[in-house]
Amino acid sequence: MSAVVHEKYILDPREAGFCLQLTGDWRFSDGIPDIEPLLQRLSAEPTRQQLNFDGNQLGKWDSGLMTFLVQLIEYCQQQQIEVKTAGLPPGVQKLLTLAFAVPERKGARRQILGQPILTKIGNVTIEMHRSWSDLLHFIGEIILSTLKMFRGKARFRRSDLLYQIEGAGPSALPIITLIGILIGLILAFVGAVQLRLFGAQIFVADLVGLGMAREMGAMMTAIIMAGRTGAAYAAQLGTMQVNEEIDALKTMGISPVEFLVLPRLIALCITMPLLCIYADFMGIIGGAIVCSTMLDISFFQYFQQIQNAVPLKHFIIGIVKAGIFGVLVATSGCFRGMQCGRSASAVGYAATSAVVTSIVLIVVADAIITIISQILGV
Amino acid sequence: MTEHPHLEIHNLTMAYGDIVIQENLNFTVKQGEIFVIMGGSGCGKSTLLRHLVGLIHPAEGNIFINGVNLWQAPQVERNEIISHSGVLYQGGALWSSMTLAENIAVPLMEYTQLTEKQIADVISYKLSLVGLAGFEDYYPSEISGGMQKRAGLARAMALDPDILFFDEPSAGLDPISSRLLDDLILELRDSLGATVVIVSHELASIFAVGDQAIFLDSDSKTIIATGAPKELLESSDNPRVRRFLTRAAQGSMETEVRTYV
Repeated sequence: MSAVVHEKYILDPREAGFCLQLTGDWRFSDGIPDIEPLLQRLSAEPTRQQLNFDGNQLGKWDSGLMTFLVQLIEYCQQQQIEVKTAGLPPGVQKLLTLAFAVPERKGARRQILGQPILTKIGNVTIEMHRSWSDLLHFIGEIILSTLKMFRGKARFRRSDLLYQIEGAGPSALPIITLIGILIGLILAFVGAVQLRLFGAQIFVADLVGLGMAREMGAMMTAIIMAGRTGAAYAAQLGTMQVNEEIDALKTMGISPVEFLVLPRLIALCITMPLLCIYADFMGIIGGAIVCSTMLDISFFQYFQQIQNAVPLKHFIIGIVKAGIFGVLVATSGCFRGMQCGRSASAVGYAATSAVVTSIVLIVVADAIITIISQILGV
Repeated sequence: MTEHPHLEIHNLTMAYGDIVIQENLNFTVKQGEIFVIMGGSGCGKSTLLRHLVGLIHPAEGNIFINGVNLWQAPQVERNEIISHSGVLYQGGALWSSMTLAENIAVPLMEYTQLTEKQIADVISYKLSLVGLAGFEDYYPSEISGGMQKRAGLARAMALDPDILFFDEPSAGLDPISSRLLDDLILELRDSLGATVVIVSHELASIFAVGDQAIFLDSDSKTIIATGAPKELLESSDNPRVRRFLTRAAQGSMETEVRTYV
């Protein structure tokens, strides 16, 4: 049978085996020839049980040549053809020795199999159950640590608490100002267009005052803080998890919940009601701007109307809600952070799911509180 | 290949803000040499490496790679130069959200026009070079620290670099693994002809692989010794260098403690 001739190699039968002569440059940039014709030729004459190389004409080479040779040799090993690399340049020989030095570990390679749908449902259910019991465990730990704190025994650094309060309070004022005023403006504007039809412009003040005090003030603050602070908590604790900082606390016998979660929780419990009051006033000011410019209602009239229409209890309900939302945001942020895996992408996932969890919890809690206050008649 | 030394450092000063780490550094690394940067903890070894690979702009002085001034070259050319060098970071620095195969595929997809089949071939070849054949689909968090380091080396070699930088290759490895990694570095240098720059304070590995070395000192803030590591051990008259290379068996321990603690 004849030789296989290619511009880069010649494979010809010689003595009892084959000889592969390599010529020219063998780099990826020069183009690596297809290996199939070679393999076919080798298998065409199974009596020839040896492969020699001639690399005298070989020019420049890189991993392109190496991957070619590795495939060739693997094929020869399957076909029980003996390979003699002596004719190759010394560098290539050494790399080949290195590449075949450690055999592939059995069972290391993975088979990615599709799972049947029932298995998937089962896995998701088990995962959900685990995640819920984790959450309950975490809440339990928080409650125990809080009780400990009331007995004056919780261990955390006061400077941490002050730092967290600063981060979750004063630094949030600019964004709360902006959103608060805009929400007030929008409420007033929507109300003004409708109420003007009945000549009832003055009730825009009632609408804005009630809306901000009972619902929007607390709700908007909570959503802003979920995105701003809740996500930050998840990312901070998640990164600490990645850096084994949380493990360091545990091995010193310090509860991470006491040391890290409690200051954050307290900080949000303190700042959220205050931010909510601030947001309420910003919203009312926003409404005042619309009333005075669009509806010819003076500031004095506007505030007089709000004072009569919105008794203090509405503000108090809003503030209590804000406190509850604060607990929810801090808990879900810290929970997702503590749950975080040990990689960079896990930190991103923790931050995302912290925001999603907080917002879901906020809306659900708001609905429950509204129903309860309806039943109680407040 | 060229008449220029592979790497040439001229009057390099490294500083973080106003704090000068090292100044007046001058040295050259020849083609195919294994060059060791040594010194005590905190003397600026790793910072020097970060300068050499173009991560930090030098406060003063110039870095020439194959005769091209790294920081005076336009951005495109600088990226081109940097893509010809491979870096192995201390912890491997594998991208944790990708499998080993994907980690190695990133530079290949970015800088070459290889087909998917070819990329897969290169990946399995590079992994087999570092003894990780078959571990393509593992995530970095699923393998041990030593394996992560070797996978990092496979990624550093993905583009067949002509210069390899190692930051503390033996840190965090057991003596056997670290010896194997040293052997691997020597093998790769011999077979690929690549230049290797190693930052290390691991004496065993410095003596095993180093052709040339410089010794950085944190007090005088410059290079206090240059030469082959073994010669330095035999003939250096600088007490600090002697103490370092003999693990403080020679020279007063008290000054040592005062210097480093």
